Amino acid sequence: MILTREVAELKRPEDVVRVRQVARALALQAGFGLVDQTKIVTAVSELGRNALIHGGGGTATLEVIEEGIRRGLRIVFRDEGPGIADVERALQDGYTTSGGLGIGLGGARRLMNEFEISSSPGKGTTVTIARWK
Amino acid sequence: MSTKSILPELVRRFEAEILNDWMREQRAAITLRADLLTDAELARQSAEFFAAFQAGLQGQDLGEITGPAWGTARDLLKEIARLRSRQGFSLSETATFVFSLKQPLFALCQRELEREAVLLVGELWTISVIIDKLGLFTAESALAAREEIIGRQQAELLELSTPVVKLWDKVLALPLIGTLDSNRTQVVMESLLQAIVDTGSSVAIIDITGVPTVDTLVAQHLMKTVSAARLMGADCIISGIRPAIAQSMVHLGVSFTEIVTKATLADALRHAFARTGVSVSRQAAG
Ligand SMILES: Nc1ncnc2c1ncn2[C@@H]1O[C@H](COP(=O)(O)OP(=O)(O)OP(=O)(O)O)[C@@H](O)[C@H]1O
Ligand SMILES: [Mg+2]
Repeated sequence: MILTREVAELKRPEDVVRVRQVARALALQAGFGLVDQTKIVTAVSELGRNALIHGGGGTATLEVIEEGIRRGLRIVFRDEGPGIADVERALQDGYTTSGGLGIGLGGARRLMNEFEISSSPGKGTTVTIARWK
Repeated sequence: MSTKSILPELVRRFEAEILNDWMREQRAAITLRADLLTDAELARQSAEFFAAFQAGLQGQDLGEITGPAWGTARDLLKEIARLRSRQGFSLSETATFVFSLKQPLFALCQRELEREAVLLVGELWTISVIIDKLGLFTAESALAAREEIIGRQQAELLELSTPVVKLWDKVLALPLIGTLDSNRTQVVMESLLQAIVDTGSSVAIIDITGVPTVDTLVAQHLMKTVSAARLMGADCIISGIRPAIAQSMVHLGVSFTEIVTKATLADALRHAFARTGVSVSRQAAG
Protein backbone atom coordinates (compact mmCIF):
# COMPACT_ATOMS: atom_id res chain seq x y z
CA MET A 1 0.00 0.00 0.00
CA ILE A 2 1.27 3.44 -0.87
CA LEU A 3 0.90 5.93 1.97
CA THR A 4 2.50 8.99 0.38
CA ARG A 5 3.81 9.70 -3.08
CA GLU A 6 5.92 12.60 -4.34
CA VAL A 7 7.15 13.09 -7.87
CA ALA A 8 10.08 15.38 -8.48
CA GLU A 9 11.76 16.53 -11.65
CA LEU A 10 15.48 16.19 -12.19
CA LYS A 11 16.43 18.85 -14.70
CA ARG A 12 18.97 21.07 -13.01
CA PRO A 13 21.57 20.64 -10.28
CA GLU A 14 19.27 22.33 -7.74
CA ASP A 15 16.72 19.59 -8.36
CA VAL A 16 19.08 17.02 -6.86
CA VAL A 17 19.15 19.09 -3.69
CA ARG A 18 15.37 19.24 -3.65
CA VAL A 19 14.92 15.52 -4.21
CA ARG A 20 17.28 14.90 -1.31
CA GLN A 21 15.16 17.14 0.89
CA VAL A 22 11.97 15.35 -0.12
CA ALA A 23 13.65 11.98 0.54
CA ARG A 24 14.76 13.14 3.97
CA ALA A 25 11.25 14.35 4.84
CA LEU A 26 9.61 11.12 3.67
CA ALA A 27 12.19 8.96 5.47
CA LEU A 28 11.40 10.86 8.64
CA GLN A 29 7.69 10.41 8.03
CA ALA A 30 8.19 6.66 7.53
CA GLY A 31 9.89 6.54 10.91
CA PHE A 32 13.51 5.92 9.88
CA GLY A 33 16.23 6.86 12.33
CA LEU A 34 19.04 9.28 11.55
CA VAL A 35 21.47 6.66 10.23
CA ASP A 36 18.93 5.16 7.83
CA GLN A 37 17.76 8.61 6.75
CA THR A 38 21.32 9.51 5.88
CA LYS A 39 21.85 6.30 3.94
CA ILE A 40 18.66 6.85 1.95
CA VAL A 41 19.47 10.48 1.23
CA THR A 42 22.97 9.56 0.10
CA ALA A 43 21.66 6.89 -2.29
CA VAL A 44 19.06 9.34 -3.61
CA SER A 45 21.77 11.90 -4.20
CA GLU A 46 23.82 9.43 -6.25
CA LEU A 47 20.98 8.12 -8.39
CA GLY A 48 19.41 11.55 -8.79
CA ARG A 49 22.66 12.94 -10.07
CA ASN A 50 23.21 9.98 -12.36
CA ALA A 51 19.76 10.52 -13.91
CA LEU A 52 20.60 14.20 -14.35
CA ILE A 53 24.19 13.97 -15.59
CA HIS A 54 24.34 10.65 -17.42
CA GLY A 55 20.63 10.36 -18.25
CA GLY A 56 20.17 13.96 -19.36
CA GLY A 57 17.45 14.58 -16.79
CA GLY A 58 14.44 12.62 -15.60
CA THR A 59 12.14 12.17 -12.66
CA ALA A 60 12.20 10.67 -9.21
CA THR A 61 9.08 9.13 -7.70
CA LEU A 62 9.27 8.70 -3.94
CA GLU A 63 6.79 6.58 -2.02
CA VAL A 64 6.27 5.70 1.60
CA ILE A 65 4.97 2.13 1.41
CA GLU A 66 3.47 -0.40 3.76
CA GLU A 67 3.49 -4.17 3.27
CA GLY A 68 1.79 -6.02 6.09
CA ILE A 69 3.42 -4.67 9.19
CA ARG A 70 6.56 -3.33 7.61
CA ARG A 71 7.01 0.16 6.37
CA GLY A 72 9.53 1.44 3.92
CA LEU A 73 10.54 3.99 1.35
CA ARG A 74 10.73 3.23 -2.35
CA ILE A 75 12.20 5.55 -4.93
CA VAL A 76 12.11 5.14 -8.69
CA PHE A 77 14.47 7.16 -10.91
CA ARG A 78 13.56 7.36 -14.57
CA ASP A 79 15.37 8.96 -17.43
CA GLU A 80 15.22 8.69 -21.19
CA GLY A 81 18.91 9.16 -21.75
CA PRO A 82 21.43 6.99 -23.60
CA GLY A 83 20.99 4.01 -21.27
CA ILE A 84 23.75 1.75 -20.00
CA ALA A 85 25.12 -0.89 -22.36
CA ASP A 86 26.83 -3.01 -19.71
CA VAL A 87 25.02 -2.69 -16.39
CA GLU A 88 27.27 -5.16 -14.55
CA ARG A 89 30.27 -3.11 -15.49
CA ALA A 90 28.63 0.17 -14.50
CA LEU A 91 27.94 -1.33 -11.08
CA GLN A 92 31.61 -2.07 -10.50
CA ASP A 93 33.37 0.35 -8.18
CA GLY A 94 35.69 2.61 -10.05
CA TYR A 95 33.99 2.35 -13.42
CA THR A 96 33.13 5.80 -14.69
CA THR A 97 32.69 7.43 -18.06
CA SER A 98 32.73 10.95 -16.71
CA GLY A 99 35.74 11.34 -14.49
CA GLY A 100 33.75 10.68 -11.33
CA LEU A 101 34.75 8.20 -8.67
CA GLY A 102 32.62 5.55 -10.34
CA ILE A 103 31.13 4.51 -7.04
CA GLY A 104 27.65 6.01 -7.07
CA LEU A 105 25.71 3.15 -8.62
CA GLY A 106 27.31 0.32 -6.62
CA GLY A 107 27.27 2.49 -3.50
CA ALA A 108 23.55 3.16 -3.82
CA ARG A 109 22.99 -0.61 -4.03
CA ARG A 110 24.98 -1.13 -0.82
CA LEU A 111 23.11 1.65 0.98
CA MET A 112 19.66 0.21 0.29
CA ASN A 113 17.85 -3.10 0.92
CA GLU A 114 16.48 -3.42 -2.58
CA PHE A 115 18.03 -2.32 -5.82
CA GLU A 116 16.81 -2.95 -9.34
CA ILE A 117 18.07 -1.46 -12.55
CA SER A 118 16.75 -1.80 -16.05
CA SER A 119 18.35 -0.01 -18.89
CA SER A 120 18.30 -0.29 -22.62
CA PRO A 121 20.72 1.58 -24.85
CA GLY A 122 19.02 4.48 -26.59
CA LYS A 123 15.87 4.25 -24.50
CA GLY A 124 16.84 5.20 -20.98
CA THR A 125 17.38 3.91 -17.51
CA THR A 126 15.11 3.09 -14.58
CA VAL A 127 16.53 2.42 -11.14
CA THR A 128 14.28 1.34 -8.28
CA ILE A 129 15.53 1.30 -4.71
CA ALA A 130 13.83 0.56 -1.42
CA ARG A 131 14.75 0.45 2.20
CA TRP A 132 12.64 -1.19 4.90
CA LYS A 133 12.48 -0.33 8.53
CA MET B 1 -7.25 30.03 -42.29
CA SER B 2 -8.86 30.14 -45.71
CA THR B 3 -9.69 33.83 -45.98
CA LYS B 4 -6.85 36.23 -45.71
CA SER B 5 -6.88 38.24 -42.49
CA ILE B 6 -7.72 41.90 -42.86
CA LEU B 7 -6.18 42.58 -39.48
CA PRO B 8 -2.98 44.16 -40.84
CA GLU B 9 -5.07 46.49 -42.96
CA LEU B 10 -7.39 47.42 -40.09
CA VAL B 11 -4.53 48.09 -37.72
CA ARG B 12 -2.81 50.33 -40.23
CA ARG B 13 -5.97 52.31 -40.92
CA PHE B 14 -6.77 52.91 -37.24
CA GLU B 15 -3.20 53.02 -36.00
CA ALA B 16 -3.47 56.22 -33.99
CA GLU B 17 -6.74 55.25 -32.42
CA ILE B 18 -5.50 51.80 -31.29
CA LEU B 19 -2.31 53.20 -29.85
CA ASN B 20 -4.32 55.78 -27.98
CA ASP B 21 -6.78 53.25 -26.58
CA TRP B 22 -4.00 50.88 -25.66
CA MET B 23 -2.19 53.57 -23.70
CA ARG B 24 -5.42 54.31 -21.90
CA GLU B 25 -5.87 50.61 -21.06
CA GLN B 26 -2.38 50.46 -19.67
CA ARG B 27 -2.76 53.56 -17.57
CA ALA B 28 -6.06 52.25 -16.20
CA ALA B 29 -4.68 48.81 -15.41
CA ILE B 30 -4.22 48.52 -11.69
CA THR B 31 -1.02 46.72 -12.43
CA LEU B 32 0.66 49.73 -13.98
CA ARG B 33 3.24 50.83 -11.49
CA ALA B 34 3.21 54.59 -11.90
CA ASP B 35 5.77 54.69 -9.13
CA LEU B 36 8.21 52.71 -11.24
CA LEU B 37 7.55 53.93 -14.76
CA THR B 38 7.08 57.47 -16.08
CA ASP B 39 4.33 58.22 -18.54
CA ALA B 40 6.85 59.39 -21.12
CA GLU B 41 8.73 56.11 -20.85
CA LEU B 42 5.51 54.15 -21.17
CA ALA B 43 4.54 56.15 -24.27
CA ARG B 44 7.93 55.53 -25.84
CA GLN B 45 7.85 51.78 -25.16
CA SER B 46 4.28 51.52 -26.41
CA ALA B 47 4.91 53.41 -29.64
CA GLU B 48 8.03 51.42 -30.37
CA PHE B 49 6.35 48.11 -29.73
CA PHE B 50 3.26 49.06 -31.69
CA ALA B 51 5.40 49.76 -34.75
CA ALA B 52 7.08 46.38 -34.34
CA PHE B 53 3.68 44.78 -33.86
CA GLN B 54 2.55 46.14 -37.22
CA ALA B 55 5.71 44.87 -38.84
CA GLY B 56 4.92 41.45 -37.37
CA LEU B 57 1.49 41.51 -38.94
CA GLN B 58 3.12 41.81 -42.37
CA GLY B 59 4.57 38.30 -42.01
CA GLN B 60 3.40 35.20 -43.86
CA ASP B 61 1.82 33.34 -41.00
CA LEU B 62 0.21 35.77 -38.59
CA GLY B 63 0.09 33.54 -35.54
CA GLU B 64 3.69 32.38 -35.89
CA ILE B 65 5.46 34.80 -33.58
CA THR B 66 8.72 32.89 -33.76
CA GLY B 67 9.11 33.85 -37.42
CA PRO B 68 11.39 36.57 -38.82
CA ALA B 69 8.59 39.16 -39.21
CA TRP B 70 8.19 39.25 -35.43
CA GLY B 71 11.93 39.55 -34.76
CA THR B 72 11.89 43.22 -33.78
CA ALA B 73 8.80 42.75 -31.62
CA ARG B 74 10.44 39.88 -29.78
CA ASP B 75 13.61 41.86 -29.19
CA LEU B 76 11.63 44.78 -27.82
CA LEU B 77 9.58 42.58 -25.53
CA LYS B 78 12.74 40.95 -24.21
CA GLU B 79 14.24 44.35 -23.53
CA ILE B 80 11.09 45.62 -21.83
CA ALA B 81 10.81 42.42 -19.77
CA ARG B 82 14.42 42.81 -18.69
CA LEU B 83 13.96 46.46 -17.75
CA ARG B 84 10.79 45.84 -15.81
CA SER B 85 12.19 42.83 -13.99
CA ARG B 86 15.11 44.95 -12.86
CA GLN B 87 12.71 47.66 -11.74
CA GLY B 88 10.79 45.19 -9.61
CA PHE B 89 7.63 44.62 -11.66
CA SER B 90 5.91 41.29 -11.05
CA LEU B 91 5.53 38.84 -13.95
CA SER B 92 1.85 39.66 -14.47
CA GLU B 93 2.54 43.37 -14.28
CA THR B 94 5.12 42.95 -17.01
CA ALA B 95 2.94 40.74 -19.20
CA THR B 96 0.03 43.18 -18.91
CA PHE B 97 1.95 45.42 -21.28
CA VAL B 98 1.06 43.04 -24.11
CA PHE B 99 -2.21 41.60 -22.85
CA SER B 100 -3.77 45.06 -22.54
CA LEU B 101 -3.48 45.46 -26.31
CA LYS B 102 -6.12 42.80 -26.80
CA GLN B 103 -9.07 44.92 -25.69
CA PRO B 104 -8.55 47.82 -28.13
CA LEU B 105 -8.07 45.39 -31.02
CA PHE B 106 -11.18 43.44 -30.09
CA ALA B 107 -13.24 46.62 -29.82
CA LEU B 108 -12.01 47.82 -33.18
CA CYS B 109 -12.84 44.56 -34.96
CA GLN B 110 -16.24 44.38 -33.37
CA ARG B 111 -17.01 47.85 -34.58
CA GLU B 112 -15.58 47.51 -38.09
CA LEU B 113 -16.83 44.00 -38.77
CA GLU B 114 -20.21 44.41 -37.17
CA ARG B 115 -22.04 42.93 -40.13
CA GLU B 116 -19.63 40.11 -40.92
CA ALA B 117 -19.93 37.61 -38.13
CA VAL B 118 -17.85 34.88 -39.73
CA LEU B 119 -15.03 37.22 -40.59
CA LEU B 120 -15.25 38.77 -37.13
CA VAL B 121 -14.87 35.45 -35.33
CA GLY B 122 -11.83 34.62 -37.44
CA GLU B 123 -10.16 37.94 -36.70
CA LEU B 124 -10.89 37.78 -32.97
CA TRP B 125 -9.34 34.33 -32.95
CA THR B 126 -6.25 35.57 -34.76
CA ILE B 127 -5.85 38.48 -32.35
CA SER B 128 -6.23 36.17 -29.39
CA VAL B 129 -3.61 33.78 -30.64
CA ILE B 130 -1.08 36.50 -31.43
CA ILE B 131 -1.53 38.49 -28.23
CA ASP B 132 -1.53 35.40 -26.03
CA LYS B 133 1.67 34.14 -27.59
CA LEU B 134 3.35 37.52 -27.30
CA GLY B 135 2.15 37.83 -23.70
CA LEU B 136 3.54 34.44 -22.76
CA PHE B 137 6.77 35.27 -24.52
CA THR B 138 6.98 38.43 -22.40
CA ALA B 139 6.31 36.52 -19.18
CA GLU B 140 8.95 33.95 -20.09
CA SER B 141 11.45 36.68 -20.90
CA ALA B 142 10.71 38.35 -17.57
CA LEU B 143 11.24 35.06 -15.79
CA ALA B 144 14.54 34.47 -17.56
CA ALA B 145 15.64 38.01 -16.74
CA ARG B 146 14.77 37.46 -13.13
CA GLU B 147 16.69 34.22 -12.95
CA GLU B 148 19.66 36.00 -14.42
CA ILE B 149 19.40 38.67 -11.73
CA ILE B 150 19.18 36.07 -8.99
CA GLY B 151 22.11 34.16 -10.47
CA ARG B 152 24.20 37.31 -10.47
CA GLN B 153 23.25 38.13 -6.91
CA GLN B 154 24.16 34.61 -5.86
CA ALA B 155 27.52 34.95 -7.50
CA GLU B 156 28.06 38.24 -5.70
CA LEU B 157 27.09 36.67 -2.40
CA LEU B 158 29.57 33.89 -3.00
CA GLU B 159 32.30 36.41 -3.47
CA LEU B 160 31.34 38.17 -0.29
CA SER B 161 31.12 35.18 1.96
CA THR B 162 34.53 33.62 1.86
CA PRO B 163 34.39 31.61 5.04
CA VAL B 164 38.09 30.88 5.46
CA VAL B 165 39.27 31.91 8.93
CA LYS B 166 42.78 32.11 10.26
CA LEU B 167 42.74 30.25 13.57
CA TRP B 168 46.40 30.58 14.47
CA ASP B 169 49.69 31.36 12.90
CA LYS B 170 49.94 28.97 9.90
CA VAL B 171 46.61 27.34 10.74
CA LEU B 172 43.49 27.99 8.65
CA ALA B 173 39.97 26.67 9.09
CA LEU B 174 37.18 26.34 6.58
CA PRO B 175 33.84 25.65 8.20
CA LEU B 176 31.58 24.30 5.48
CA ILE B 177 27.87 24.79 5.91
CA GLY B 178 25.04 23.58 3.72
CA THR B 179 24.84 21.85 0.40
CA LEU B 180 28.13 21.33 -1.30
CA ASP B 181 27.30 20.34 -4.84
CA SER B 182 26.84 23.74 -6.38
CA ASN B 183 29.10 26.40 -7.76
CA ARG B 184 29.66 27.25 -4.16
CA THR B 185 31.98 24.32 -3.58
CA GLN B 186 34.27 25.44 -6.33
CA VAL B 187 34.42 29.02 -5.07
CA VAL B 188 34.91 28.01 -1.46
CA MET B 189 37.63 25.51 -2.23
CA GLU B 190 39.47 28.01 -4.41
CA SER B 191 39.28 30.59 -1.68
CA LEU B 192 40.85 28.11 0.72
CA LEU B 193 43.74 27.46 -1.65
CA GLN B 194 44.20 31.18 -2.17
CA ALA B 195 44.20 31.79 1.59
CA ILE B 196 46.85 29.09 2.03
CA VAL B 197 49.09 30.96 -0.38
CA ASP B 198 48.32 34.38 1.10
CA THR B 199 48.99 33.36 4.71
CA GLY B 200 51.71 30.79 4.12
CA SER B 201 49.74 28.36 6.26
CA SER B 202 50.88 24.79 6.68
CA VAL B 203 47.69 23.28 8.09
CA ALA B 204 44.12 23.74 6.88
CA ILE B 205 41.17 22.32 8.76
CA ILE B 206 38.07 21.64 6.69
CA ASP B 207 35.15 21.22 9.05
CA ILE B 208 32.09 19.53 7.57
CA THR B 209 29.85 19.49 10.66
CA GLY B 210 27.37 21.66 8.76
CA VAL B 211 27.24 19.50 5.64
CA PRO B 212 24.09 17.34 5.54
CA THR B 213 25.19 14.80 2.91
CA VAL B 214 28.54 13.48 1.81
CA ASP B 215 28.14 11.70 -1.49
CA THR B 216 30.66 10.86 -4.19
CA LEU B 217 30.63 14.38 -5.61
CA VAL B 218 31.28 16.04 -2.27
CA ALA B 219 33.94 13.45 -1.44
CA GLN B 220 35.63 14.05 -4.75
CA HIS B 221 35.63 17.82 -4.23
CA LEU B 222 37.15 17.39 -0.81
CA MET B 223 39.83 14.99 -2.03
CA LYS B 224 40.79 17.26 -4.91
CA THR B 225 41.10 20.21 -2.55
CA VAL B 226 43.24 18.23 -0.14
CA SER B 227 45.55 17.15 -2.98
CA ALA B 228 45.85 20.68 -4.30
CA ALA B 229 46.57 22.04 -0.80
CA ARG B 230 49.25 19.39 -0.38
CA LEU B 231 50.94 20.56 -3.57
CA MET B 232 51.08 24.01 -2.06
CA GLY B 233 52.69 22.73 1.08
CA ALA B 234 49.71 22.57 3.41
CA ASP B 235 48.24 19.51 5.07
CA CYS B 236 44.48 19.28 5.43
CA ILE B 237 42.53 17.84 8.29
CA ILE B 238 38.87 17.01 7.79
CA SER B 239 36.83 17.36 10.94
CA GLY B 240 33.21 17.04 11.93
CA ILE B 241 32.22 13.83 10.14
CA ARG B 242 29.10 12.92 12.07
CA PRO B 243 28.41 9.25 12.94
CA ALA B 244 25.46 8.85 10.56
CA ILE B 245 27.50 10.33 7.72
CA ALA B 246 30.49 8.15 8.55
CA GLN B 247 28.31 5.03 8.31
CA SER B 248 26.82 6.11 5.00
CA MET B 249 30.27 6.83 3.60
CA VAL B 250 31.41 3.33 4.53
CA HIS B 251 28.49 1.73 2.67
CA LEU B 252 28.84 4.08 -0.23
CA GLY B 253 32.46 3.07 -0.48
CA VAL B 254 34.24 6.40 -0.21
CA SER B 255 37.00 6.79 2.31
CA PHE B 256 39.37 9.62 2.97
CA THR B 257 42.45 7.46 2.90
CA GLU B 258 45.68 9.31 3.55
CA ILE B 259 43.72 12.24 4.90
CA VAL B 260 43.77 12.99 8.61
CA THR B 261 40.22 13.06 9.92
CA LYS B 262 39.14 14.16 13.37
CA ALA B 263 35.78 13.97 15.12
CA THR B 264 35.62 17.61 16.13
CA LEU B 265 37.14 20.94 15.24
CA ALA B 266 38.81 21.00 18.68
CA ASP B 267 40.52 17.65 18.01
CA ALA B 268 41.64 18.96 14.64
CA LEU B 269 43.05 22.11 16.20
CA ARG B 270 44.97 20.05 18.76
CA HIS B 271 46.44 18.03 15.91
CA ALA B 272 47.31 21.20 14.03
CA PHE B 273 49.10 22.64 17.06
CA ALA B 274 51.16 19.49 17.39
CA ARG B 275 52.05 19.69 13.70
CA THR B 276 53.11 23.32 13.86
CA GLY B 277 54.95 22.97 17.15
CA VAL B 278 52.57 25.02 19.26
CA SER B 279 52.07 23.85 22.81
CA VAL B 280 49.12 24.91 24.86
CA SER B 281 49.12 24.59 28.61
CA ARG B 282 46.68 25.51 31.30
CA GLN B 283 47.88 28.03 33.90
CA ALA B 284 47.79 26.70 37.42
CA ALA B 285 45.00 28.45 39.25
CA GLY B 286 46.48 31.02 41.56
N1 LIG C 1 21.14 7.02 -15.58
C1 LIG C 1 22.21 6.70 -16.32
N2 LIG C 1 22.18 6.81 -17.66
C2 LIG C 1 23.26 6.49 -18.42
N3 LIG C 1 24.42 6.04 -17.91
C3 LIG C 1 24.53 5.90 -16.58
C4 LIG C 1 23.42 6.23 -15.71
N4 LIG C 1 23.82 5.98 -14.43
C5 LIG C 1 25.10 5.54 -14.51
N5 LIG C 1 25.54 5.48 -15.79
C6 LIG C 1 26.84 5.03 -16.26
O1 LIG C 1 27.42 4.23 -15.26
C7 LIG C 1 28.69 4.76 -14.86
C8 LIG C 1 28.93 4.49 -13.39
O2 LIG C 1 28.00 5.23 -12.60
P1 LIG C 1 28.40 5.65 -11.13
O3 LIG C 1 27.30 6.45 -10.53
O4 LIG C 1 28.80 4.42 -10.39
O5 LIG C 1 29.72 6.52 -11.33
P2 LIG C 1 29.85 8.04 -11.83
O6 LIG C 1 28.52 8.67 -11.88
O7 LIG C 1 30.62 8.04 -13.09
O8 LIG C 1 30.73 8.71 -10.69
P3 LIG C 1 30.28 8.94 -9.17
O9 LIG C 1 31.14 8.05 -8.35
O10 LIG C 1 30.54 10.37 -8.88
O11 LIG C 1 28.85 8.59 -9.05
C9 LIG C 1 28.62 6.23 -15.22
O12 LIG C 1 29.90 6.78 -15.43
C10 LIG C 1 27.79 6.19 -16.50
O13 LIG C 1 28.59 5.85 -17.62
MG1 LIG D 1 27.20 8.64 -10.26
